[in-house]
Amino acid sequence: MVGPFAWFKWEALFRDWTVFAEGFKTTIMVAVLSLALALILGIVFGVLGTSQWKLAKLVSRVYVEFIQNTPLVIQVYFLYHGLPHMDVMIPVFAVGVLGVGVYHGAYIAEVVRAGIDSIHKGQMEAALSQGFSFWGAMRHVILPQASRIVLPPLTNQAVNLIKNTSVLAMVAGGDLMYRADSWSSDNLYYGPAYVAIGLLYLLLCLPLATLTRRLEGKTGVSS
Amino acid sequence: MIQLEGVNKHFGHLHVLKDINLTVKSGEKLVVIGPSGSGKSTLIRCMNLLEKPSSGKVTVDGVDITAHKALVAKVRQSVAMVFQQFNLYPHKTVLENLTLAPMLIKKVPQAEAVKAGLAYLDRVGLKEKANVYPSQLSGGQQQRVAIARALAMRPKIMLFDEPTSALDPEMIQEVLDVMVDLAHEGITMVVVTHEMGFAKTVADRVIFMDDGQIVEENSPQRFFENPTHERTKSFLSRILR
Repeated sequence: MVGPFAWFKWEALFRDWTVFAEGFKTTIMVAVLSLALALILGIVFGVLGTSQWKLAKLVSRVYVEFIQNTPLVIQVYFLYHGLPHMDVMIPVFAVGVLGVGVYHGAYIAEVVRAGIDSIHKGQMEAALSQGFSFWGAMRHVILPQASRIVLPPLTNQAVNLIKNTSVLAMVAGGDLMYRADSWSSDNLYYGPAYVAIGLLYLLLCLPLATLTRRLEGKTGVSS
Repeated sequence: MIQLEGVNKHFGHLHVLKDINLTVKSGEKLVVIGPSGSGKSTLIRCMNLLEKPSSGKVTVDGVDITAHKALVAKVRQSVAMVFQQFNLYPHKTVLENLTLAPMLIKKVPQAEAVKAGLAYLDRVGLKEKANVYPSQLSGGQQQRVAIARALAMRPKIMLFDEPTSALDPEMIQEVLDVMVDLAHEGITMVVVTHEMGFAKTVADRVIFMDDGQIVEENSPQRFFENPTHERTKSFLSRILR
């Protein structure tokens, strides 16, 4: 009887290390690009969520509620399996960036909205009274103050985002999770494959999580 | 300079301003007094459109700011406001509080903005505090910085919304001194306040508001010595003890 973590299985894994390195690279690239997209969406919809303009508020609300209350897997399936039926073909890498980015954009929008709401409304009034536009006041007065409050929950979102890029495995996305799946389904060496990639995810996430805790200490927010 | 015509303001079921007609002349010092809830803060906040009137017309420096798509932000550049709660930018130093808007909005070069900022700080007696953060200042000092920040935009009109109401008693005078000093210039001032001494010495005209209406308006002398309206009399007797 051969154990799931037999040494020769590890040897096979190290022999094929480039497979995992490729996946690691894809995961990092999807994570970085989707985080950028999520931040843009999160800031825009977060700000809209605090605006006086009712339509903007509604649009922001619909986006946040719709995305937060449906599974990420279904959203990614829609992009990957659904859109081609409407003659929209996007490469699987873009499906990853778009799917994960839009998903976490909704969460970041809520984080940003809460951060802005925590700034006293006198700040916006002071900026407006000086002649700033709404967006100018946001950029130079409100968001710099909100960002200090928002940073810890934001890094927490980045951790979740990295882990959630593994959804790409379900649509043959070439990421770390997918590589482990496909490599081990060929040779049935599941044990080393999943342990190894689990450690790689940990390698990415643990520093961010530590940073989150540090930032919470700095801003006086405790969990 | 400022003209309000038939201005009404509703907050839900509350009718806070009732058909207000008021003209403030260029260079005039107008003091607005009245009990809390009388609508005086709402009135002054309509003058830079921080409150949007439910109906009526507000004209500032020749521009109808209640008009559809009026360039309100442009008008606000020359209408500075000083708030009860100071509302300094806590993430900026004192000097940066003064240079932010001139540099970003009026595109004043940095060196020039800093020079002017220091001059205004000197004027309110706080030049040595240029590089500290607002949270390190006392309330009175913060409000003086807020006045300097308002001046840094070189406004034609200054609106003061209860500038001393949030201050400890011993700090009120230092702020009033700065305001009295300002009043000697040609700038147009509208001041909502409970400081009757300030009203007596500085105002060209005093208006008394109650229940969303202007009940009485007069020169400070006649206003305080010879109030005609019952509501004014009872308010003054309560406040001037």
